[in-house]
Amino acid sequence: MSHAPAAPATAAEPVALPARRRRRPGVRVGRAAVPYLLLAPAVAVIVAVLAYPLYLLGSLSFQQYGLFELIRHDGRWVGLDNYRTILSDSLFVDVLVRTVVFTAVCVSLTMFFGTLIALLLARLGPFMRLMLTSGLVLVWAMPVVVAVNIWIWMFDFEFGVVNYLLTELHIGDYIHHDWFENSTTGLAIIAAIVIWGAIPFVAITLFAGLTQVPRELLEAAALDGAGPARVFRDITLPILKPIFIILTSLSIIWDFQVFNQVWIARGGQPTEEYFLMAVYAFVESFKTQQYGLGAAIAVVMVAIMLVVTFFYIREMVRIGEVER
Amino acid sequence: MKRRRRAGRIGVNLLGVFVFAVMVFPVYWMVSTAFKKPYDILNFTPEFVPSPATLSNFENALNRPNFWSSVLNSLIVVVAVTAMSMVLAFLAALALAKFRFRGRAAFVVVIIGVQMVPLNALIIPLYILLSRAHQVDKLSGVVITYLTFVLPFCVWTLRGFLLGVPRELEEAAMVDGSTRFGAFVRILLPLVAPGLVATSIFAFIQVWNEFILAYVLLQSQDKQTLPVWLASFTTLRGTEWGPLMAAASLTALPVVIFFVTIHRRIAFGLTAGAVRG
Repeated sequence: MSHAPAAPATAAEPVALPARRRRRPGVRVGRAAVPYLLLAPAVAVIVAVLAYPLYLLGSLSFQQYGLFELIRHDGRWVGLDNYRTILSDSLFVDVLVRTVVFTAVCVSLTMFFGTLIALLLARLGPFMRLMLTSGLVLVWAMPVVVAVNIWIWMFDFEFGVVNYLLTELHIGDYIHHDWFENSTTGLAIIAAIVIWGAIPFVAITLFAGLTQVPRELLEAAALDGAGPARVFRDITLPILKPIFIILTSLSIIWDFQVFNQVWIARGGQPTEEYFLMAVYAFVESFKTQQYGLGAAIAVVMVAIMLVVTFFYIREMVRIGEVER
Repeated sequence: MKRRRRAGRIGVNLLGVFVFAVMVFPVYWMVSTAFKKPYDILNFTPEFVPSPATLSNFENALNRPNFWSSVLNSLIVVVAVTAMSMVLAFLAALALAKFRFRGRAAFVVVIIGVQMVPLNALIIPLYILLSRAHQVDKLSGVVITYLTFVLPFCVWTLRGFLLGVPRELEEAAMVDGSTRFGAFVRILLPLVAPGLVATSIFAFIQVWNEFILAYVLLQSQDKQTLPVWLASFTTLRGTEWGPLMAAASLTALPVVIFFVTIHRRIAFGLTAGAVRG
């Protein structure tokens, strides 16, 4: 950072044009290859670690690939059998529905609270704003494994602080209440972990967006008699729409593939009623050693994600992130 | 009117304090548990401030089997992945930010799209590929798989930082008799250095936190990384919350320090689809 001031001095020199002309592309043939040479190593790695595995995932989903095949390094082609198996499996349908509901709940609550906190940040004085932002950054920085362990401890059935507080506040008798015995409340806590971890990013990004909304517009609308809700709906929301779309698609993508929170919260042995898509694919592959079936589930997951990614990329293209 | 506004001010501040308290409480609870005596942890009426405070939980965590080997493994993986990604990503980002060429926009779209591929779906083929290459249960195998999510992110973020450096500065240097390479070393590199630091710290954090790939690929206990070690903390005799929270605090500490220093610089890169939850 300390080097920055040195640069403007050279920038002040006025004769920029001739050099530019001399270096027009195409004058020296070799220059055209430079960007491709710079890209080549990264492209090679991306093909090796991403593109090829993606292709292999697709191809595995058409194969019978168990432990025997893993050792032999060769699967047996079975066409659409894996897909037929999972689609006729009622567990798969349950898991798919559960994952969609889980994602919907997580994403909408994350966006809701994230927006409220962003609006709150915009109204706070400098000191309180700094304090709340620091708190949010602290939460944002928590590694997932750490976050899950904290929450499991807070919700511990014997010595958890949440049961104590709920009982003390006379919300009910929660002494020795085991939240994970019932998979609905268990998944609700897992959703809470996900939402808690996701709010800071959404709130801080939206707050940054809010500061870009022209103050004059807001004041003019208020003068014209629009209430805060109306101002938000008719001015703030349309201006922030691209950020909303981007944040929502990112949240959907992240929450649809939740794995760590379930896995760690259930001590690496989640029962079927705790399965989300990623967990299900993982269990089919690495516990029951049916890599082909696991791959088919994962392909369905990727396909669903692809739809969301499409909207995300379209928005990035629209706001000019791609062509700069 | 004035009084009403003041009441509103107080209301907003109170709400701010409340939100702060709710969000930060879990982190506070981890740290305070870490400093409590075992007897105070296993108490039906929890203490909100540890008194007397103790360091015994930290001592316990540090002396646990495999703690130091996990730290070392994590550091090896982090340094290797970050170094490799930064070199490759910097070259690619230079191409994207400083050159116009056919296929550039398409490559940018691929870089964004690729970050959306669920890592959890890639575990299966990555595991099979690594087992074919006899790289399961080896740190080198993990390093390779981590490039899947770190490299695209680094390319994308560095491109942003490079675009932030005005083209005129380099051109002016070249007019002054600098070669293109000279302008690169003396003008561009110093200006983009903070971006390089921020991106590598962010890569560091992502790798430091990664759990599933390490969990699947590293089976021997002496090979595991810190998050895997932390996740396996629960013993058959039940969970020892004090040492667990101390260990969790220690795992989070470097991330918090780094994160606080860079989150402003990196925020825009995140909107571009970087961090996985």
